[in-house]
Amino acid sequence: MSPKTLYDKIWDAHVVSQDEDGTCLLYIDRHLVHEVTSPQAFEGLRMAGRTVRAPEKTIAVPDHNVPTTAGREDPKNMTEDSAIQVAALDKNARDFGINYYPVSDIRQGIVHIVGPEQGWTLPGMTVVCGDSHTATHGAFGALAHGIGTSEVEHVLATQTLIQKKSKNMKVEITGKLRAGVTAKDITLAVIGATGTAGGTGYVIEYCGEAIRDLSMEGRMTVCNMAIEGGARAGLIAPDEKTFEYVTGRPHAPKGAQFEAALSWWKTLFTDEGAHFDKVVTLKGEEIEPVVTWGTSPEDVLPISALVPAPEDFRGGKVEAAKRALAYMDLTPGQKLTDIAIDTVFIGSCTNGRIEDLRAAADIVKGKKIKVKRAMVVPGSGLVRAQAEEEGLADIFRDAGFEWRLAGCSMCLAMNPDQLSEGERCASTSNRNFEGRQGYKGRTHLVSPAMAAAAALTGHLTDVRELMTEDA
Amino acid sequence: MDKFEKLTGIAAPMPLVNIDTDMIIPKVFLKTIKRSGLGVNLFDEMRYDRQGNEIPDFVLNQPQYREAEILVAGDNFGCGSSREHAPWALKDFGIKSVISTSFADIFYNNCFKNGILPIVLPQEAVDVLMKDAEKGSNARMIVDLEHQTVSSSEGETFSFEVDPFKKHCLLEGLDDIGLSLEKAPAIDSYEQKMAQARPWV
Repeated sequence: MSPKTLYDKIWDAHVVSQDEDGTCLLYIDRHLVHEVTSPQAFEGLRMAGRTVRAPEKTIAVPDHNVPTTAGREDPKNMTEDSAIQVAALDKNARDFGINYYPVSDIRQGIVHIVGPEQGWTLPGMTVVCGDSHTATHGAFGALAHGIGTSEVEHVLATQTLIQKKSKNMKVEITGKLRAGVTAKDITLAVIGATGTAGGTGYVIEYCGEAIRDLSMEGRMTVCNMAIEGGARAGLIAPDEKTFEYVTGRPHAPKGAQFEAALSWWKTLFTDEGAHFDKVVTLKGEEIEPVVTWGTSPEDVLPISALVPAPEDFRGGKVEAAKRALAYMDLTPGQKLTDIAIDTVFIGSCTNGRIEDLRAAADIVKGKKIKVKRAMVVPGSGLVRAQAEEEGLADIFRDAGFEWRLAGCSMCLAMNPDQLSEGERCASTSNRNFEGRQGYKGRTHLVSPAMAAAAALTGHLTDVRELMTEDA
Repeated sequence: MDKFEKLTGIAAPMPLVNIDTDMIIPKVFLKTIKRSGLGVNLFDEMRYDRQGNEIPDFVLNQPQYREAEILVAGDNFGCGSSREHAPWALKDFGIKSVISTSFADIFYNNCFKNGILPIVLPQEAVDVLMKDAEKGSNARMIVDLEHQTVSSSEGETFSFEVDPFKKHCLLEGLDDIGLSLEKAPAIDSYEQKMAQARPWV
């Protein structure tokens, strides 16, 4: 048998049928659903008189458009359109009998944080959701990707997707990361190197010593942004850290079933000599804490760099850079560390997990913010509870941060958590698009530690300077 | 779904690279629970000022492009969020085909589910069509799905690749949930096999 990649193995294990032209019906093990991209899909089912084929494999949670302020269990405390979308999800979950975590449930949170936390996400699975950041679940060695609403309806009705296989891409991060450099810096550095279309048509497998050294939380951060590099999905082969993470989770297998699962999970790695269509290698020790300067996630630079000029680019990117500099109100040659910050946002499916909050709290501890506004939005009710127990919430509150309830919040700013016109934000989220965090708002993507550093100094800051002070 | 066969229409030039789905339809319009009526908010933040007045420079506000049915766009069109509201908005406006050097994966798939044909062509071909689109409403392009060609108003013709299954569904206007449900026996037998092989799933 010819050697296979991890992606090949998971793909092959899920093919229901294959047509002559290579079009496959792929079985879906877990379908995650949220309130914004699902109402039209459920409506479609109703109109066609169809049912949900596997409600036990379907998990719904409202996250994108929910308020992150107290009292939200009462729909009167939501904006009207939030209340309508949440009520629609409540009803659809009830009518179709799918697993559901309403806003009143402590387990509610961002769908990509809830799935792994509850043990729904397991190695070797296929996981889809009507959200592009579904790639997050790839950290477990699961084939996970975002789909549109028509495909949500297709999965609800058939528990399958019509798919053609992507190509294999390997992204290797060799060696050790230096102090102050995190999973977020890895994933942004990769996009900076490949561009936002560099992964189009591929499934990425991340590997190498620096990836192996990451915790499960860090691996989720890396895979989360595979989509920002254009890839369909990002994957990391499961190992002891993965198995330890899933052990004992509410929906993970137990006893003899766990042993059976484990023996299959241990076969989920890329065989020696397997073929990759594209290979990118970065040296872990050369990655610096990074920040985005423009309006595309590929606009990445080390924090020590200067704002680029349009002439530094070629082709269509010249015009795009001009537009981005004007939008961001930056001048070529300006030091990135001289950029003043109004607002800091710590949260999102990229960086809303406990480890992210610990990293930020480490920097913040005992100090006060110098920005106008700083908020922490934990990724789930359970992350929030754990952070309170560990004393992190007090550290943030004492420093002047707002301590919110779980949700997507200012990452996509559908709810009232938004930037105002011209407001500049250091954000741990995943997209710096025009208007992403609010109309004419300006976003600089950073790691949680870098966001915390900016909150304390009032400008973009190399977090390593604050770490040295402490040492 | 509407069939897509052959289209002769006005093409609007949008040379910007990385036009993302937040630009195509900003999140404020994702609060709907319907698919229809999004065309008026297509490219909302580029198309209107804060008071809701049209920005005259924006391509689709110019008289010659108001009836555009084709977009010729810069590289990596449709990147970002998976929101199908993006093709819903394009379709509701009247756009039936988008031409670029590359598309983001999820957006590309979403187009086919809504009767929109995304066409990938090499840079040189997109450059020719971009120039043609810049000529305004007298320049009508022809998109022929059956023969997989795009022709400029000057008659320069370029061939494009499209997945045969996707082409078939678009030409016939097929509902692919119906097609997949015809394979229910194969899904049943897969599930039975997996109940033995991977019962924990």
